[in-house]
Amino acid sequence: MTATAPRLKPRRRAEIGRAPQDTGGNWRTYLALVAVLALSAFPLYWMFVIATSTDEAVSSIPPTVVPGGEFMNNLREVFTLQQVYFAASLINSFIVAFVVTASTLFFCSLAGFAFAKLRFPGRDKLMIVVILTLTVPNQLGIVALYILMGKLGWNGTLLSVIAPFLVSAFGVFYMRQFIMHAVPDELIESARMDGALTMRVYWSIVLPAIRPALAVLGLLTFVATWNEFQWPLIQLNGTEFPTSMVALSDLASGNYVIYRRVLAGAFAATVPLLVLLVLGGRQIVRGIMEGAVKS
Amino acid sequence: MSLTRSAPPAASPEPAQRRAAKSAPKQRNWLHRFDNKRVPYLLISPFFLLFAIFGLFPIVFNGIVALRNWRLDDPTLTGWAGLANFEKLIHDEAFWNALGNTFGIFILATVPQLLIALMVANLLNRKLRGNTWWRVGVLLPYVTPVAASTLVFAVFFARDNGMANWLLSLVGFGQDTPLDWRAYKWSSWIAIATMVNWKWIGYNALLYLSAMQSIPKDVYEAAAVDGAGPWRQLWRITVPMIQPVLIFTVVLSTIGGLQLFNEPMLFEENPAAASGGSNGQWQTIAQLIYKVGWKDLNLGYAAAMSWALFVIILIVAALNALATNRLGGGRR
Repeated sequence: MTATAPRLKPRRRAEIGRAPQDTGGNWRTYLALVAVLALSAFPLYWMFVIATSTDEAVSSIPPTVVPGGEFMNNLREVFTLQQVYFAASLINSFIVAFVVTASTLFFCSLAGFAFAKLRFPGRDKLMIVVILTLTVPNQLGIVALYILMGKLGWNGTLLSVIAPFLVSAFGVFYMRQFIMHAVPDELIESARMDGALTMRVYWSIVLPAIRPALAVLGLLTFVATWNEFQWPLIQLNGTEFPTSMVALSDLASGNYVIYRRVLAGAFAATVPLLVLLVLGGRQIVRGIMEGAVKS
Repeated sequence: MSLTRSAPPAASPEPAQRRAAKSAPKQRNWLHRFDNKRVPYLLISPFFLLFAIFGLFPIVFNGIVALRNWRLDDPTLTGWAGLANFEKLIHDEAFWNALGNTFGIFILATVPQLLIALMVANLLNRKLRGNTWWRVGVLLPYVTPVAASTLVFAVFFARDNGMANWLLSLVGFGQDTPLDWRAYKWSSWIAIATMVNWKWIGYNALLYLSAMQSIPKDVYEAAAVDGAGPWRQLWRITVPMIQPVLIFTVVLSTIGGLQLFNEPMLFEENPAAASGGSNGQWQTIAQLIYKVGWKDLNLGYAAAMSWALFVIILIVAALNALATNRLGGGRR
């Protein structure tokens, strides 16, 4: 058809014109993907290697690349360290991430339901306000938020790292999008005809229909909350209630840092998220592909 | 809930039944009116209430703090400072140094990040065996806590016996004097940018992939007439078609990149110092805000600095969106 077409090999010509998503991967695609995966996993793997090694192995040249047998020893050292409160920090991280996730799911699905299915004056304008709040950088209010927490008497408590994250604009937006499509209007109408009140509709029609979206939002929220670092550091550094990220930074501070110990702690704080990725990877992928936003 | 269910049994005495029948609709009316008119606002109020307290109020209040003397170590030193904090900012070398570092790292971290993400998305945008697991795999860095991964990279980029230097020595660099990654601006920027790139490539790749999969297939058929190979297909068709998402990721990376805190913070040999290297080689603005506010205990000045950062983010995000728009438009 054109000047270039005849010069191509027949097989390549067959591929041209087909959408990439209909084209099977060849060996080069798979090789490149394996490389991408290896680079993605390598720091995690190496974290584990150092976490299981002795001091000599950590500083050997060429570097050790196979795990040793010292993981339990290193971990025990981390857990028994004074003034790092590592065990407590893991529990704190669980409490914070759990409360934030539960509250985000509840409040965001309620608001998402209202924005998607209920008619009330000002609805669309208020939704725009919700979306606009997404673009505010969190550095902007950080000093004043600290002063506010001080006035409330919450500085240095878990409450201070929970309260600001109880709802998220992204969650409201995501729930609204999902509920608009997942819950048929007729179903709500017929429930209304039977005299069901709004909360009853939410409880018996909306909630069962949005379970997949709750899983996605829940996983994303849990991961983001667990990994939160700057605000917990400001609030909880030097207290007896650090989150695990704050405890890690404590572990890595000081004049003489023992890396096998630091990375044993880092590995312990990463494992819960790896478990979530294995169990809920499909949902996390889905959430991001549907437009999740960095928190 | 329904009428039949709430109606009293037929055996009940006549007057009671009439009373119930008379008052029930009235009560229900009131309840339903409340349900229709007020409950929607009740449902959305938790979001707005919490945002007002922990989002909006701090932003407004931050503006006030920036105009005042506000020190944590000396509560007696209060009162209006006018624009003194902003004036100080303009003459503060640490601020300009941090601004330069932030931009340097931002560019080193954003450009490769988005380009490689595009390549990875292009790889994933095939009919692959086990395609969910490849996608989950590229998210490993995304779920890894930055605090944890940064500590690994801190070991990786160690001067003595670090793996990065060992790899360099294999190809003949720095065998005699290993590179001290933390000593220079350029090397510390590269190290930190590497961490940021590692963390966000997979995430951005999935955003691109999602957009790529919604490109109508006949667009590619039409391109066959031009004899476009896979590479030209990517740049001529795919990239222009996913332009909105490209702009979105550029803006996101700008907002995130200019607030970079975790990586520079934990790259430090002693993170508690928050100094961004012995000489502030890699101190970013977010890190400087933290240091000024919570190490030097000068909250007023830190507030002024966060306003400056906000304005800078606005300008850069707008410029970036414009540039990406131009670029995509020109290609089409």
